[in-house]
Amino acid sequence: MFASLTPMLAGFALFAEEGEHEVHAGDGGWLAEWAWMIVVVPLVITFLIVFFGKRSPWKGWGMATFGMAFVAVYGAVLAWVNLDEGILYEGAIEIGRIGSFTLEWGWVVDGLSIMMYFLVGVVGFLVFVYANGYMKGDVRYTWFFASFSLFAGGMLVLVSAPNLIQLIVGWELVGVSSYLLIAHYWEDFDNVDAGNKAFMVNKVADTGLFIGAIIMALSAGSFKFSEIFETMVGGNSTLAQFGFWAGLALFIGAMGKSAQFPFHVWLPDAMAGPTPVSALMHAATMVTAGIYLVARLFPFYQLPEYGGDVSMIITIIGAITLFFMGLLALVQNDIKKLLAYSTVSQLGYMMAAMGVGAYTAGLFHLFTHAFFKSLLFLAAGSVIHAVHSNNMSDMGGLRKYVPATFWTFMIGTAALVGLFPFAGFWSKDEIIASAYYNASEDPTAAAWFMVVLSIAGAFITAFYMARAVSLTFFGKYQGHGEPHESPKIMTVPLIALAAFAAGTGLLNAPGLTHVFTDWVTVRAFPIMEHHFEAPSWGLIAIVTPVVLIALAIGFYLYRPKQTQAERDEFSIPVLYPLLEQKYYIDDFYMDGIVRPTMGPIADGTLWIDENVVDAVPNLVAGGAKHTADAVNTFDQRGVDGVFNMLSAATGATGGFLRKAFTGRVQQYAAISFAGVVILALLFMIF
Amino acid sequence: MEWFDSGWGLSLIVFLPLVGALILAAIPRSAEAGMKWVALVTAFGTFALAILLAVRFDYGAAAQMQFGTDLPWIEAINARYHIGVDGISLPLVVLSTFITTLVVIYSWNHWPEPHNPKLLLILTMILATGMTGTFVALDLVLFFVFFEVVLLPMYFMIGIWGDTSIRTVPVVHWEIEMRLYASIKFFLFTLFGSAFMLLGFLALYFKSGDAGARTFDILELSALGQAGLFAGTFAFWVFAAMFLGFAVKVPMWPLHTWLPDAHTAAPTIGSVILAAILLKLGTYGFIRISIPILPEEAKNWAWFIGVLAVIGIIYGSLACLAQSDMKRLIAYSSVGHMGFVMLGVATLTDIGINAAIIGMVAHGLITGLLFFIAGSMAHRYHTRDMNRLGGQMILMPKMGVILGFAAMASLGLPALAGFWGEFMSLLASFNPLPGLSVSLFRTLMVVAAIGTVLTAGYMLWMLRSVDFGEPTAEWRDHDFHDIDKYEWMAWAPLVVMTIAIGIYPAIVFNATNDAVVNLVAKAFGG
Repeated sequence: MFASLTPMLAGFALFAEEGEHEVHAGDGGWLAEWAWMIVVVPLVITFLIVFFGKRSPWKGWGMATFGMAFVAVYGAVLAWVNLDEGILYEGAIEIGRIGSFTLEWGWVVDGLSIMMYFLVGVVGFLVFVYANGYMKGDVRYTWFFASFSLFAGGMLVLVSAPNLIQLIVGWELVGVSSYLLIAHYWEDFDNVDAGNKAFMVNKVADTGLFIGAIIMALSAGSFKFSEIFETMVGGNSTLAQFGFWAGLALFIGAMGKSAQFPFHVWLPDAMAGPTPVSALMHAATMVTAGIYLVARLFPFYQLPEYGGDVSMIITIIGAITLFFMGLLALVQNDIKKLLAYSTVSQLGYMMAAMGVGAYTAGLFHLFTHAFFKSLLFLAAGSVIHAVHSNNMSDMGGLRKYVPATFWTFMIGTAALVGLFPFAGFWSKDEIIASAYYNASEDPTAAAWFMVVLSIAGAFITAFYMARAVSLTFFGKYQGHGEPHESPKIMTVPLIALAAFAAGTGLLNAPGLTHVFTDWVTVRAFPIMEHHFEAPSWGLIAIVTPVVLIALAIGFYLYRPKQTQAERDEFSIPVLYPLLEQKYYIDDFYMDGIVRPTMGPIADGTLWIDENVVDAVPNLVAGGAKHTADAVNTFDQRGVDGVFNMLSAATGATGGFLRKAFTGRVQQYAAISFAGVVILALLFMIF
Repeated sequence: MEWFDSGWGLSLIVFLPLVGALILAAIPRSAEAGMKWVALVTAFGTFALAILLAVRFDYGAAAQMQFGTDLPWIEAINARYHIGVDGISLPLVVLSTFITTLVVIYSWNHWPEPHNPKLLLILTMILATGMTGTFVALDLVLFFVFFEVVLLPMYFMIGIWGDTSIRTVPVVHWEIEMRLYASIKFFLFTLFGSAFMLLGFLALYFKSGDAGARTFDILELSALGQAGLFAGTFAFWVFAAMFLGFAVKVPMWPLHTWLPDAHTAAPTIGSVILAAILLKLGTYGFIRISIPILPEEAKNWAWFIGVLAVIGIIYGSLACLAQSDMKRLIAYSSVGHMGFVMLGVATLTDIGINAAIIGMVAHGLITGLLFFIAGSMAHRYHTRDMNRLGGQMILMPKMGVILGFAAMASLGLPALAGFWGEFMSLLASFNPLPGLSVSLFRTLMVVAAIGTVLTAGYMLWMLRSVDFGEPTAEWRDHDFHDIDKYEWMAWAPLVVMTIAIGIYPAIVFNATNDAVVNLVAKAFGG
């Protein structure tokens, strides 16, 4: 599989020798120097909202949204300049030295980070606008925007990180804001548990991130990505020795954040949070942090000497996730959970793409997915807003009631399933083509596994989306009352996102445009990947019919009938019951790990502490007391032993000093010290 | 500022609280307000002097002892009044004066029963002298005296103002008042440890006679130790003796069992001082005394200390998960957190010891805050049972938010102070000092990393039980006072410093790094 990579390494070495760069870029001038504002503005706004939000004109919404608008505009300008002349810039502020390591906060301005700034800014802005309507009347309206703004800040800390420490900081900041927002309605313990689950699953994966970062930093002598890559170019034998473990550990961290199997369990539960949160964090941006990490470390993962062997694992995990976790969407009744499993599946596509070396394709899917999936979530939120239920069994026929929501949802669906010419068509095709190219060049089982699963994944994606659309928007409305279309403040962002979902694919239409490739390959280190200049018509000829057939089957199976329950009767023996139990993975974690740890293991530890470890001093003290009783060397009042005696000394405030100082404490101390001195003398003699 | 720099400043920082204690003793009991002000002025004055110390400290020469005084004291045994600060002790001196000030502010309207503010404040002032004195002492006798000075005030604090509920001690089946059991246990454990510690000190003193005049001077002993004077079985036993003294104080597993009882039974300010400062006397002892004086022996013991530290992390965290008493949970969490500190120390590397110091400072700020909160909550609910609590975000939203912040800080959230100690001690464990077992320390690193998961687990569990959900029927109609202004004044500085060190760890590392690098270089060679 990696035979093809050896020439790349040669290229890498060549690059090192010549000291030249294949990417020609400027330093971005003041625009890049001031790019730290992108990170700092949302964080400062978070503080402002916490302290002054309730007294401010829009109760915090205005400030938060202004922050995102700022990020969006700054990101767009950077993107523009980057496309024009390329920007490579790295700023840093020293925050301390430990041993020989320098700790820094910094900001990277290159193709990859600019793409994320732009994405977080634009999607964030639209979601924040939408949230004004969606969260209206919420009990914790201001708090919501403070947490949301903290998330945006944390995400920008993450994607701007020039070093591993800052990446970890951003990583955990988005984690904690995710926890806060999932548990936003904490009156209900179900939501708190969902927040805890997200935090804990990520924390487990984060041990991998920590360990990987530690190994990498110690091997390279620096936390900075640029310096780590430099040592790789020069040949870093330590990093080569530990490359596999460092790469694997870091990938485990990425698996947690990007909800890859077997860490995917937290994401569907995270839907307990308000829908804008699901859209921005749990679909568009935060969950892509793992993909971002692998992309940031792409040169490391591509070189066989270093993290190369992990690539195969990345591919396999991504392929498993995209197919088997996608299957779980088939049986969901809650529309948000259906979309959540879909997100897990799409993240699998991106991860697998990274594994096969398709840097641009993976990031392109990340980019388009952010738009169409946040669109789907927000449209679903609009539906939920109208019918006051998450369950598709309470919906049906909504097409007529909420037309704007319907049409935008349709565009999102078209983009997700990959219909020409919507965004997902291009990005998913690029991934499948990359997988195919990879397999045909280096035909291993894992490579073909990936190809087959990615096409099968396209089938199930189309199938469950057909079900979702049909059950939600077609047939007869099953709920109570008359649903109403959402206000403009919600539908306008939907329309804007729909435009992105429809159009962004054209940024990288194979054979026609390569704007996106040009954009994200502006990196300080050359990104060596498979390039696909020609459209892969052969694959399109396979995938598009697969999608159309799946849609047709889906729409037929879930066609309108008398009741929603009747429509949703389709089932496949063995498989569907298994899917309904989520492959028993969640149960295994709960009953196999969490409950035993919190129950018998924790209780047992405490029992041992109190009854075994602590028994030693207690028994010794008890023994001393009995000895004292028996020998009666203490005075008569000491019959009850040291304990009573001391309790007499401390039992009352009045006169306690007299008792204590004329009492036994001092005597006891004196005896001890005398003993010590004697021991010391003995010590010296022998 | 000549007088300040030449050593008077440092002595003033150490003894000003004692002067305050004497003034307090002279004030009649009825003049409560006057006593508070005297205590506050003393504590704040000391803190201000410590800040001045930090400002005038020469960070370029952080490895040197600064503001030193070296006067004859007990000439018969050549014990000297030798004090000074370097980059290692500076943060701890500032921390202890800082915490003392906050404790006095908090006490303004939080007097535990049986009242008697006069005595409580006097004890607090004596504690302050003992704590800062320990951090600046450069003579073993002086160190020992200060180390022991904190013992009695804390003993009385727990014994008099402590929890009066009855505890049934397992195994031996004593039915005893919590405060009595805890105070005696604290006293005996510490005394047991420090007796051995003194034994070790005396052994060093006598042995140092082999190379000239006998001395208790820590710097001289360090030089002798690094020249190889203390070796073999002698070094082993001395290290073992001092280990007992320091390990009880830290506390390291399995010598920790005094801690949950003492922390839980102590009045709020007692718990805060215990957690924030007293535990650090032990870890500081390892860094200042054990390692420099007995470097070769430290290498032999490193694996043992590392293993105990990591057992402490896992074991303490598991014990937390089984707790329903909130204060006891926080107490056990200290066992885990101090485990990270000791793991850093055990690596014997510059990174590890830096991690230990910043971990000590962070633990002081964060666990101090947690105990303040737990105390204020117990004051309002009259219970610490988490099964009865719940819905605090509705009952007292500000308290709930601050508790959430402290919990997040405690579980090592990056960009807050606790992260650096935890992460850097893991980092150090991957590459311990050459000569130590790499595979063992890497295993310890992985196990300790799992400990961070457990830490997150019990902190989130605590938040779930206490903060979230609807209030139970017991409290629903109860009217609670949310955080009052004295609480804010005591807590806000802790919050600010937790964030500040999290964002800008140079606040600590600027002082410690050169000193630690120098310490490690001298003890173990370049």
